[in-house]
Amino acid sequence: MTLFAEYGQILILLACLFGLFMAWGVGANDVANAMGTSVGAGALTIKQAILIAMVFEFAGAYLAGGEVTSTIRKGIIDSSVLADTPELLVYGMLSALLAAGTWLLIASIMGWPVSTTHSIIGAIVGFAAVGISPDAVNWGKVGTIVASWVVSPVMAGTVSYMLFRSVQKLILTQEDPFNRAKKFIPIYMFAVGFLIAMVTMVKGLKHVFKDAGIAMSFGECMLVAAGVGVIVSIVGGILLHRVQRDEQAERYNRFASVEKVFAVLMIFTACAMAFAHGSNDVANAVGPLAAVVSVVNSGAVGAKSIMPSWILLLGGVGIMLGLATYGFKVMGTIGKKITELTPSRGFAAELGAAATVVLASGIGLPISTTHTLVGAVLGVGLARGIAALNMRVIGTIFMSWLITLPAGAGLAIVFFFFFKWIFG
Amino acid sequence: MVFSKSIFNLFGKSPISPLQAHMTVVVACAEKLQDFLAATIANDWQLASDTFDAISKKEDKADEMKRKLRLQLPKSLFMPLDRGDLLDLLSLQDRIANRSKDIAGLMLGRKMSIPEPLHQKMTDLVSSSIDAGRQALKAINELDELLEVGFSGNEVDLVEKMIGELDLLEDKTDQLEQEIRHQLFELEQELPPIDMMFLYQVIDMIGELADLAEGVGGRLQLLLAR
Repeated sequence: MTLFAEYGQILILLACLFGLFMAWGVGANDVANAMGTSVGAGALTIKQAILIAMVFEFAGAYLAGGEVTSTIRKGIIDSSVLADTPELLVYGMLSALLAAGTWLLIASIMGWPVSTTHSIIGAIVGFAAVGISPDAVNWGKVGTIVASWVVSPVMAGTVSYMLFRSVQKLILTQEDPFNRAKKFIPIYMFAVGFLIAMVTMVKGLKHVFKDAGIAMSFGECMLVAAGVGVIVSIVGGILLHRVQRDEQAERYNRFASVEKVFAVLMIFTACAMAFAHGSNDVANAVGPLAAVVSVVNSGAVGAKSIMPSWILLLGGVGIMLGLATYGFKVMGTIGKKITELTPSRGFAAELGAAATVVLASGIGLPISTTHTLVGAVLGVGLARGIAALNMRVIGTIFMSWLITLPAGAGLAIVFFFFFKWIFG
Repeated sequence: MVFSKSIFNLFGKSPISPLQAHMTVVVACAEKLQDFLAATIANDWQLASDTFDAISKKEDKADEMKRKLRLQLPKSLFMPLDRGDLLDLLSLQDRIANRSKDIAGLMLGRKMSIPEPLHQKMTDLVSSSIDAGRQALKAINELDELLEVGFSGNEVDLVEKMIGELDLLEDKTDQLEQEIRHQLFELEQELPPIDMMFLYQVIDMIGELADLAEGVGGRLQLLLAR
């Protein structure tokens, strides 16, 4: 392809720039939603939350983000239709990144809670269906993805509901909740460690294991994951041991000390949440970028190529930039907004959402972390755990959900014809 | 740039601590009746008038808090407690303050003097009614702990027990009320009839304070039984 020989460098550079822009948007806004629960419940300071986010977002993207990246990179578009015109895919992915990034920026300025995932999927489907042809879209896969957007909040809500009910039954309604909490919370910590290790090994590290010639059966994975879980709960146990009863605060609220114990648990669920978010949402920026790089370098669509690790690194850096430049401000406002959330609730919501997102990442489904978390919070609310939930906000979220798809698609179509005109 | 995008607008303001604060003011308002009664018995109408002003101030404050809390409870709120029951509870609480003001206002307006033989019993009646109010406040103050456990388990039993005690206090107030009426019936022939009419009314209203407190407990029970 002469086009790629001539403009290959520029195209890749543009893709990197747009990918970075999109990742910045994810870091500036989305991460704050994912981590806000911990900050709001007072379990973490903003600085600690950002530190955890940086480490675990990156780990999530790198260790478990492969499946979702691959879905976005080549699952939505039917590459056989594009075999003769690989440049269209490059223009399309560039415009999708730019469109989703722009839409995120607009929504952020307007204060709409949109989903990064929905914007990028809308943009990709938009340019493919209108710019190329409706046959270019793998509609079956798109249907599955959209269905997962409905299922994921429901599932997170169910898990959170059950988690909080178990906390009620096992700890809060018991005789000595403080010591019961110290006894039972390591079990939840084990679950956090087990879940993340399991998804990482079964899905994320599949390729790494294959390259290294390691073959692990499902049972062996489970054993190792259980080991990780035990280590996590031991570390957690040591931290729990240090928590002292606060008699003074107990006079004001009998559960003050118990909540202090749950705050320790929330450090772990915050890590899980950041990991889950990284595994699912970094792909939004990195997937299209990977598609562009692979097509430009090989000159063909759908060539089997391993994704260079610098791409994931770029996504990680973009997110960190977003966090460092804007994310901390958003987190600050959130922290003040949710004073009604206690650690025992926040943990149930966070863990329910993180588990759902990590599982979806394992199957390669790009879901919205934000919406999943909303479902999880409602789940805790249904368990009579939260004093007041403003249901009008659910309406706003639902509306922005509906608007984001055509908006992302429309912008992507405009940018697509623009790039086609410039380079074509 | 605004960057206010956040799903955390989802969290509304909890109605629980404002409800508790309201009840605290209401009970403080009713408690002033004790000083008021003492002043009328001592025939110190200046002090009685000052105490009435203090009661009136508390009642205004409770009204203001009630209004604020109502505005804070739109229909779109999803709560672990029924909104209707919560609003009923709030207006019952508020009526305790209103009634306290009515009692003091009527007694002050007519410069009502209570017949000497009834002094002790009337004082007992007022403090018994106030005790019922205090007990209701104690139960209302458990609401945040109830929320913490998700309205289940031991905590519910504890509150049920408090409500049971509240019912006993109301019974005791009823009994006192009967005794006073009976005693007054024996005395009334020798006293001005119109004064007696109003005295019966005041006795009724003081007893009503305990009824209202019991009503608060009843509403609380309804809130739990969901």
